[in-house]
Amino acid sequence: MKIKINLGAISEPMQSEKLKTGDWGTHYPVVDKEKCTACKTCEQYCPDLCIEVEEFGEEKYAAVDYNYCKGCGICSSVCPFEAIKMELKDIFKFEVC
Amino acid sequence: MKYFGSGHGACPGCGLPIAVKTVLNALDGKVFAVNSTGCLEIISSQYGKNAWNVPYIHSLFENPAAVAAGVEAALKALKRKDEGYVVVFAGDGATADIGIGTLSGAFDRNHDILYICLDNEAYQNTGHQQSGLTPPGESTTTTPAGKVLPGKIGGKKDMISIAVAHGIPYVASSSVGYVADIRRKVKKAVKFEGAKYIQIHSPCVTGWGIDGEMSIKVARLAVETALYPLVEYEYGKLTSVRKIKERKPVEEYLKQQRRFRHLFKHPKGKEMIEMLQKFADENAEKYGLDLKKDEE
Amino acid sequence: MKQVVRGFYSVAYAVKLCKPNVICAYPITPQTEIVENLAAMYANGELGDAEYITAESEFGAASMLVGASAAGARVFTATCSQGLILMSEVLFNAAGMRLPIVLVNTNRALSAPLSIWNDHQDSMAMRDAGIMQVYVENNQEAHDMIPQAYKVAENRKVLLPFMICMDGYKLTHAYEPVDLLDQETVDSFLPPYEPAAYMTTRKPLAFGCYAPPHIYMEFRVAMQQAMERARDVMLEVYKEWAEVSGRDWGGHIVVDYPDSKIFVVAMGSVVGLLRKVVEELRNEGLSVGLIKIRTFRPFPIDELRKALKDAERVVALDRSVSFGYEGPVSIELKSAIYGHSSAEVYSYTVGLGGRDMPKDFLEGIIRDVVEGKEKPGFAFKGHHDFEEVVP
Repeated sequence: MKIKINLGAISEPMQSEKLKTGDWGTHYPVVDKEKCTACKTCEQYCPDLCIEVEEFGEEKYAAVDYNYCKGCGICSSVCPFEAIKMELKDIFKFEVC
Repeated sequence: MKYFGSGHGACPGCGLPIAVKTVLNALDGKVFAVNSTGCLEIISSQYGKNAWNVPYIHSLFENPAAVAAGVEAALKALKRKDEGYVVVFAGDGATADIGIGTLSGAFDRNHDILYICLDNEAYQNTGHQQSGLTPPGESTTTTPAGKVLPGKIGGKKDMISIAVAHGIPYVASSSVGYVADIRRKVKKAVKFEGAKYIQIHSPCVTGWGIDGEMSIKVARLAVETALYPLVEYEYGKLTSVRKIKERKPVEEYLKQQRRFRHLFKHPKGKEMIEMLQKFADENAEKYGLDLKKDEE
Repeated sequence: MKQVVRGFYSVAYAVKLCKPNVICAYPITPQTEIVENLAAMYANGELGDAEYITAESEFGAASMLVGASAAGARVFTATCSQGLILMSEVLFNAAGMRLPIVLVNTNRALSAPLSIWNDHQDSMAMRDAGIMQVYVENNQEAHDMIPQAYKVAENRKVLLPFMICMDGYKLTHAYEPVDLLDQETVDSFLPPYEPAAYMTTRKPLAFGCYAPPHIYMEFRVAMQQAMERARDVMLEVYKEWAEVSGRDWGGHIVVDYPDSKIFVVAMGSVVGLLRKVVEELRNEGLSVGLIKIRTFRPFPIDELRKALKDAERVVALDRSVSFGYEGPVSIELKSAIYGHSSAEVYSYTVGLGGRDMPKDFLEGIIRDVVEGKEKPGFAFKGHHDFEEVVP
């Protein structure tokens, strides 16, 4: 089968978004809508550009795109209102007999 | 509008994408990005997995300043300068070591470029080897702490002074710990015609030996201990510094990171910590970092 | 308009007529006057909107051209010897990025010992870079090659750097009558540069991406294919040039006396003198012909096979050596004709570091082969017998 390659290995923009990095981490952030003030601190610091303050009807709070979140915990650590908690993914919750 | 995509390959908690997206956003994506070989290049520019949403070029490890100068010259000759700012993203090794020749040339000719040095204080992409910007006392794989040696001996190359000495219009240091500071400095820098240098302290979770969630806290500690002063020079004159309210002892910063942990038990560790504290004290003195009571 | 000019000027003037957008160079003997001429033109406002930059090194110069070329500019540089070797990392990179950079190499020996004089060791070290290489015989050919180099390099079927090799001193410093081109002729031949892809915020592409094992090899195969396509593109361009300029420099090789039994093969300025030597030998009734290799990359495989099909002996003169083997021209020539010709090959490396190659020296080499005094194989010619001692 013939594949296509670009001249000189030139790449099109934003192809990285095909790569879902959401399964990298052991933890994931959970936003407490009540505590979130939509200050966007988490949004500014997220290295994976996957937490954004969005409007949900009347409400406005940070929402995580779990397709990409690597679970680093920066959003939780920088949140001035302690509105983001890191939780262990279920898959890592196992008991050692 | 996103100018840097999700799905890039940075380690969880890496400082580099934070710096990059802040710079790109500050300039509304009007950027020609020039990248040296290194961490950022590897995490963002694999063929077919490109994370950039601005025109981007990577050539070699040691030539981003020259490549940027070429891009700028082309835009000038082709009357396309309005299209965007030429911005280099280079690591500390590419900047202070292997690429300092081309960097000096570009500064000397005063090309209209913004050179961002992403300083994670070692060759982290290849597994944490020391660079000219590795601080003394750090244990790297090429300056390991051993029975005799306490990690890197020597100093951290003062790239800020080297940049200032070239007589370029704008030089600053910043930190991933303070994105608003990065944003402000980038916006200010591009107002100057000529070469601009901003060195951004950027935590490396694997090299520094910290948890991802600690990145920002550790980056801020570097500033709060005066080990990484945030300063600004315009036309060779110091114009602003980020003041520190209550300067913390360097141990607070050092003990958080695996790369310095040996200093707390090594026979020469105490001596190294004292040296780092002296370095911080000198920074505080030189830049007037300590917020005096009456300044509060 | 015919004028007596130095080799430097014949290059610089042709470069100006090709209207490059960015010229970037670093001075090195014996190239310096090329860039000095261009710098003077720039200072006098004769280069239009072009940017001329004196780099901090050849490495910096080549790197700036990578940036400028990727951003859509037509670019030029000139260098040689240590400068070319210093550029080499960048030039390998530029070829892989498929940037149609044009450069002139004023061939000079490599250190150590340091030598500013002429041989071909510098450009030969670049033969695996993915850069087209053409060797010129005189300053008119150097002058004429500049627009042709751009036209070939910028052809969408090719898109690789192009290096014109001219002998340092022997050509660069020589005053020769050169029919200097005029702007209309060059404009009618060489259209303004339209890059195939370039850096722009309107379509943000990424240049210089890295390729893991599952995709790397394809890009290198593509370079080889581009080089193969360049063979035909070059011939088309050479032909068109002959029509436009009235000067036909021939194809990849130029064969004098094709029916000869014995051939001398050489590149560069020595060809002029060899032509005279061969002519005289023929006057004695000897069956000696001459092959001038113009295009060294891509290597003129088919042309050499054809020209040497019925040859009995070949004297291949190299101006460089691959230590531990023999001269690169000889090596490649032998490889090209293997199975296609039963000619014996006499590989001689001559004239290293500017060692003089007077007429009777060249004649003697050829005569010894003609008269059967030599065995096929490799030898240096023109050096003293010596014994190496530790001081």
